[in-house]
Amino acid sequence: MGNIIKNFFKSLWQITRGDIKYYIWIAFLFVLIALGISAYARQLDDGLIITAMRDQVSWGVYISNFTFLVGVAAAAVLLVVPAYLYNFKPIKEIVLFGEMVAIAAITMCILFIMVDLGQPLRVWHLLPVVGLMNFPSSLLAWDVIVLSGYLFINLLLVLYALYRLSIGKEYKLSLILPLILLSIPWAVSIHTVTAFLYNGFPSRPFWNASILAPRFLASAFCSGPAIMLILFQIIRKLTKIEIEDRALFKIAELVAYAMGINLFLLGAEVFKEFYSGSIHKAPLEYLYLGLHGKMRLVPWMWTALVFNVTAFVIFLIPKIRENFITLNIGAVLIVLGVYIEKGMGLVIPGFVPDTLGEIYEYWPVRPEFIITIGIWAFGALLYTLLLKFAIPVYTGELRFKGGEDAAIDPAMINKHRREKSEY
Amino acid sequence: MNRGNAFIFTLAITGLFFILPLLSGADMKGKTKEEQKDGIPKFFIPKAPASENFPCSKCHNYKPADKSKRKLVLYHTDIVFKHAGEQQWCYDCHDGDKLRLQNGQLVGFEKSYYLCGQCHGTVFRDWKAGIHGKRTGMWNGEKLYRLCVSCHDPHQPRFKPLEPKQRPMKPQEIKLDRG
Amino acid sequence: MSKKIRSNPLGIELNRRTFLKGAAAGLAATVVRPAAAGAFNWDSFLQKHFREMNDAEIKKVIGRLEKEAAVEWKKNIHIGTAKAMPGVKFGYGLDLSRCIGCRRCVYACVDENNQSRTPQVHWITVLRFKKGEKWIDLENSEKYYSPKQVPEKDFFYMPVQCQQCENPPCVKACPTQATWKEPDGIVVIDYNWCIGCRYCMAACPYGARRFNWAKPNIPADEINPETHYLGNRPRYKGVVEKCTFCIQRTRAGKYPACVEVCPVGARKFGNLLDPKSEIRYLIENKRVFRLKEDMNTNPKFYYFFATNITQAD
Repeated sequence: MGNIIKNFFKSLWQITRGDIKYYIWIAFLFVLIALGISAYARQLDDGLIITAMRDQVSWGVYISNFTFLVGVAAAAVLLVVPAYLYNFKPIKEIVLFGEMVAIAAITMCILFIMVDLGQPLRVWHLLPVVGLMNFPSSLLAWDVIVLSGYLFINLLLVLYALYRLSIGKEYKLSLILPLILLSIPWAVSIHTVTAFLYNGFPSRPFWNASILAPRFLASAFCSGPAIMLILFQIIRKLTKIEIEDRALFKIAELVAYAMGINLFLLGAEVFKEFYSGSIHKAPLEYLYLGLHGKMRLVPWMWTALVFNVTAFVIFLIPKIRENFITLNIGAVLIVLGVYIEKGMGLVIPGFVPDTLGEIYEYWPVRPEFIITIGIWAFGALLYTLLLKFAIPVYTGELRFKGGEDAAIDPAMINKHRREKSEY
Repeated sequence: MNRGNAFIFTLAITGLFFILPLLSGADMKGKTKEEQKDGIPKFFIPKAPASENFPCSKCHNYKPADKSKRKLVLYHTDIVFKHAGEQQWCYDCHDGDKLRLQNGQLVGFEKSYYLCGQCHGTVFRDWKAGIHGKRTGMWNGEKLYRLCVSCHDPHQPRFKPLEPKQRPMKPQEIKLDRG
Repeated sequence: MSKKIRSNPLGIELNRRTFLKGAAAGLAATVVRPAAAGAFNWDSFLQKHFREMNDAEIKKVIGRLEKEAAVEWKKNIHIGTAKAMPGVKFGYGLDLSRCIGCRRCVYACVDENNQSRTPQVHWITVLRFKKGEKWIDLENSEKYYSPKQVPEKDFFYMPVQCQQCENPPCVKACPTQATWKEPDGIVVIDYNWCIGCRYCMAACPYGARRFNWAKPNIPADEINPETHYLGNRPRYKGVVEKCTFCIQRTRAGKYPACVEVCPVGARKFGNLLDPKSEIRYLIENKRVFRLKEDMNTNPKFYYFFATNITQAD
């Protein structure tokens, strides 16, 4: 018991140490989080009326971010598959950081749901046993289960791997393989269930297309890995973690395929709606052409399309994707493109025109932006702290009692000493 | 049934010349065999609205009426007739203090629906079933029916236009109001 | 704001505005404001789902809610819990050949059902359509028409409210079972159980559900004190509400408020299980249709045409 407490404080000590840049970064995030919390306090007090949401468009930027982040979280599996199933070594070394992205993303998802609730204190009503979960009828109940399950699986995987490393041992694959295998369909399920959440109601023709779930998955496998591409390069630069170029290029290649499928599915949808020309084409028309002169989202959607197509070309051609400048441009374009397309670009046209044909042009207002930024800052903080703790464990700098020193790679220790002498 | 009267007044759709209550309300107890046969609803019907000219015999006992069809210039000039085009004349429906059906039978004003029902058979049927016209009261019990003339001016039955109530607020007009 | 100078223990002089700015910048704001709103209480936090409570528990809860409501709305409010009558399934008919779009129903509903005045909540939406064009072309319908007089020559009108579906998508969607269909067919909401996720609003094909974006406001003298737990009792901020066929009236045998106010008698109501009811007569004898039947929601709200003329001719 004493050991655990000691180790806990050791970890705490670890995450509070850093250079000035680290402190500035953390302070910056804290400021954003504090602003977010104060805006949320106002929302709690006055109600969701301080947002731009109304009965006509009853979900907005919160749920848009939620949707995007479910995709990011699900995409961790894109690393798990080559890492564990095909034993692709370069990716296996970084899969841990991918799983941590999933943890941060799911946490943000939960926060985005929480800030969207009119009665957040009653959230226990949707828990099983204590509440009155409408399972299996409500897809939102399914989502609660799959999201928390996914969070749990990833936490378990990460904690176990870190624990083994921290006592200086490799993790036993035989022990966690079932969990890893489970995490693959589970990642697909969080995305499928979230897609079905929109998909299941004929009241919203834009969502009620069977292509929605596959499109969800395809775009998730673009945005998640693209975020990781950027993060991994930052990690590589700022820490002693070594990430092979090969791993990054492999990810980029996978993103290219996913984006290809994503664009194809979008094309299929555009063809079906515009060629058949039924009244159900209105939401798509609103997105790309504007409806009755209302065109708030049009420039954004075309931007997203241009970004996605450009990134697709960049990632498709090996020469270009293996140049770090174009690779990073492509990654940023994909993140932004998918953020628009799968965030507001997916949620809002479900409500425009609304079920009685009214067009209300939703656009988030200041409190929504501040709360959204606050949650993103919280996600960034969580990921930073996870890294801050995991990286030294990973490199062997942080070891807990009970470990066998012999198991540590001597090269790591040498490297560690070298770094230390630099200070 | 004071509420019934209140409703009539709030309606304010009828022509404005109905003022005095007239005759006794034909409540369920007073139902004739004939009415039962006709499927006249066994519910309360508010009293027929009355004209200040009623009873007709007030004047027509002294002044024998000129029954020829013509434009009225001396009396009843306030009655604007917009019903069934040019085909109709006072004595098609009125006879003394009663109403006259096509077969010559006379009915009281409280049973004016028989008169209206002669031409408006489908509406009459709907009215009896509770589909035409307004009902108040209990959906599973006593209902308050209205006579045709409670809502329609028999001389110009088309409803007068109304001022609509305020439009709902647009979503962008709905703002936080701390006051 | 006053220019009153405040001194503090450090001896630094701050005027009130500077002080407040400093306080608001940080988390202090978090602590101050909800405290002003107050009103957290454990009984209300832990209140069970309406259908999970036994009669004694319901009685207790009603007692507490009535007390709370009296304080909140400065008026004694009776909260009924009348159950569905056996052998009754409510149905509604609306005669489109009669409706003149005067919106009397909208405001009678607001008064009867204690809808918030600010922010404005309406359970009934009246849509205006152009005659002679696409039939029920919702996208080109007008909800905000405001002429001097109705009916207008070239238009017809269609009020829309909760259609009380037999197969309600909103009930399917609700993650907490806070909304359900009663035995008499009315879809109701437990305002103390709803978490305000608005998933039901996404699911409803009729735009019938309304959210309390802020704390509802009703002048005390306009509150209808005769209420039902599942119906028109005053609502809370952050919960969803909708038409309940005036559950507080109809379970007592009365007609809904919109039926009684309609100046042209276009609104019909009754028991679908009673072959002699008005609603059954019109379904059997008139051309009826239900809105968006392709969704298979099976509404108990029938639009019909009693005559072949419209009032604006």
